[in-house]
Amino acid sequence: MTTVLAPPKNQAAARFATLLGSDKRYKILEAHIKKFQHRQDALIEVLHKAQELFGYLEDDVLRYTAWQLKLPASRVYGVATFYHFFTLKPQGEHNCVVCLGTACYVKGADKILAAVEARAVIKAGETTPDNKLSLLTARCIGACGIAPAVVYDGTVTPRQTPETTLAQINQWVAP
Amino acid sequence: MTLNDLQQIKESELAARKKIVLRCCLAAGCISSDSKGVKESLEKAVAAAGLQDQVEVRGVGCMKLCCEGPLVQADPANALYVKVTPANAPAIVAALSGGKSALAQADSNAPFFRLQESIVLANCGQVDPERIESYIAVDGYLALHEAIVEMEPKDVLDAIVKSGLRGRGGAGFPTGLKWGTVAKSPGAKKYVICNADEGDPGAFMDRSVLESDPHAILEGMVIAGYAVGADQGFIYVRAEYPLAISRLQNAIRQAKRVGLLGAGIFESPINFNIDIRIGAGAFVCGEETALMASVEGKRGTPRPRPPFPAERGLFECPTLINNVETFANVPPILRRGADWFAGIGTEKSKGTKVFALAGKIQNTGLIEVPMGTPLRTIVEAMGGGAPDGGKIKAVQTGGPSGGCIPAQHLDTPVDYESLTKLGSIMGSGGMIVMDETTRMVDVARFFMEFCMDESCGKCIPCRAGTVQMHHMLVKILAREATARDLAQLEELCDMVKHTSLCGLGQTSPNPVLSTLRFFRNEYEELLQPDPHAAPQLAGKA
Repeated sequence: MTTVLAPPKNQAAARFATLLGSDKRYKILEAHIKKFQHRQDALIEVLHKAQELFGYLEDDVLRYTAWQLKLPASRVYGVATFYHFFTLKPQGEHNCVVCLGTACYVKGADKILAAVEARAVIKAGETTPDNKLSLLTARCIGACGIAPAVVYDGTVTPRQTPETTLAQINQWVAP
Repeated sequence: MTLNDLQQIKESELAARKKIVLRCCLAAGCISSDSKGVKESLEKAVAAAGLQDQVEVRGVGCMKLCCEGPLVQADPANALYVKVTPANAPAIVAALSGGKSALAQADSNAPFFRLQESIVLANCGQVDPERIESYIAVDGYLALHEAIVEMEPKDVLDAIVKSGLRGRGGAGFPTGLKWGTVAKSPGAKKYVICNADEGDPGAFMDRSVLESDPHAILEGMVIAGYAVGADQGFIYVRAEYPLAISRLQNAIRQAKRVGLLGAGIFESPINFNIDIRIGAGAFVCGEETALMASVEGKRGTPRPRPPFPAERGLFECPTLINNVETFANVPPILRRGADWFAGIGTEKSKGTKVFALAGKIQNTGLIEVPMGTPLRTIVEAMGGGAPDGGKIKAVQTGGPSGGCIPAQHLDTPVDYESLTKLGSIMGSGGMIVMDETTRMVDVARFFMEFCMDESCGKCIPCRAGTVQMHHMLVKILAREATARDLAQLEELCDMVKHTSLCGLGQTSPNPVLSTLRFFRNEYEELLQPDPHAAPQLAGKA
């Protein structure tokens, strides 16, 4: 079982003091937590901010969040792993999100996904070994009017085909 | 803020109106086709032609015909330009001073537009979602004033009951009854939640409303808060909708600034605050008890009901949860009267319903039609049928909880009861059209995979059942299943349907059951003879 163990209390304070001193991102996260007055029900909001700052939720970030919100580490880990939006693994330099909503699916999004998987030699949810590309899928991004849609680095792109998608992917992935 | 202030804002906004308005769609679909670039180049072209005093370029929300985006509408000439690129801007501006332009236009008199009846979408594509003044200019927040200043909470409740409004999230629970229960529940602290966790794949109505007319949702929520006695609201919106989130945040800031939200609304003792909670990608959070757990910062798992949220909900307090579209219906009902609303639609389903039309169909986009409109009118007249001369095979409504309605039932009127009778549901309003190339068993498998992924794991029938049902569907598709497997699948569907804890599990077999009901032959074609069946006697020896 992979669980996040909280270090003993006095040690924790010292540890996080070092983190705060050495990494500016923790300072920003701390300010954000203060904005929510350390309220425990703000956990998901805090994790959103943490992921935005760090790119993914590493163990230290989860421990730090638990410590700041006075929550058991198990609870923070439980929430972070429950929601699809949070990732505990580092992401690639670029990301490609293939929408697999119904409208995109009936218009051939599965073929787009298969083409990218074959080209980058990874499965959906994985990152290439050289950390260039993360391939993700979405359960519907609400862009059904322009299906099939693919999101490249946060930019929604309409009416994609396997060819147009590969043209974009080829710019990112080594031949 | 008083009524006078409100009217002053409206008058100065109307006085500042220019003769000609170019409305440019800035909803998510069109933005992905560079409509921001279109708007910028329109502004430049207007300036280059020296028409700044006469022409306003306004960024608006969804103009409904998403497949033809980016869309630009010129008023009062009533020309709707489609698939506009930034390079077209000078030609559009040139056409304003008379003369025909060679640019592609959509016919605004086509059935797609003509057959719509807009209540919820009335302001979509008209007002600038980033400016509260633009909403006030179309009588926005007038209903809130009437409710707070001139009506007792009970009068507001009565109006909603009388209007016959039913929840637009899918199940169709009478809204007035829900509000009444929350109002009656004892407790000093109550909450109002707007469910904007539009998780059904293929549905984008709520997204469009949030992006195009965020103030209407805020107004509806404050009215609801006044009616039930709550002073805090939450909007639970998906993280996948960043534009909707930023427009809501902006709208809340503006409403607070002018005193339409926060403390002492319309200089009365009424307070109401709204906070946004951002979802994190869990479909089950659309279920109300799971949603409340998520707002509390916990894993989004549902709990048994009763107690219902109306009695004991968020933080153990009475809570009113309604869908985006339900709240959007509230201000027009108060402004135009419950009787007017009750006069639209059918006997049991009042008002209109917004649908997101997508899939294998000519015109994809948003439509709003009176309840009871036949499905055929929607997909054939308004949607223009399947593209490339294809034939429509089925229409899927209600997302993973719904079902497929076959072409022979296209004359069914769209209301809560008729769709339920066909084994589907109204759902939140996603409507996916499928043509002859779509294999129904594959569609059932697609939805089952969805439910399997999204099952929260709390109750066993759903957690284990969806995995087994998915496994059997894969087996059938691989042509490895026998009639016995199919019988077992049906048995399992029945079990999961009746024993799951929440709506996700209870409805997860629906796509299988509805495709089995109307397209059983497609399943049977894939079956293999059973090697273990008793040998058939080949006649008397």
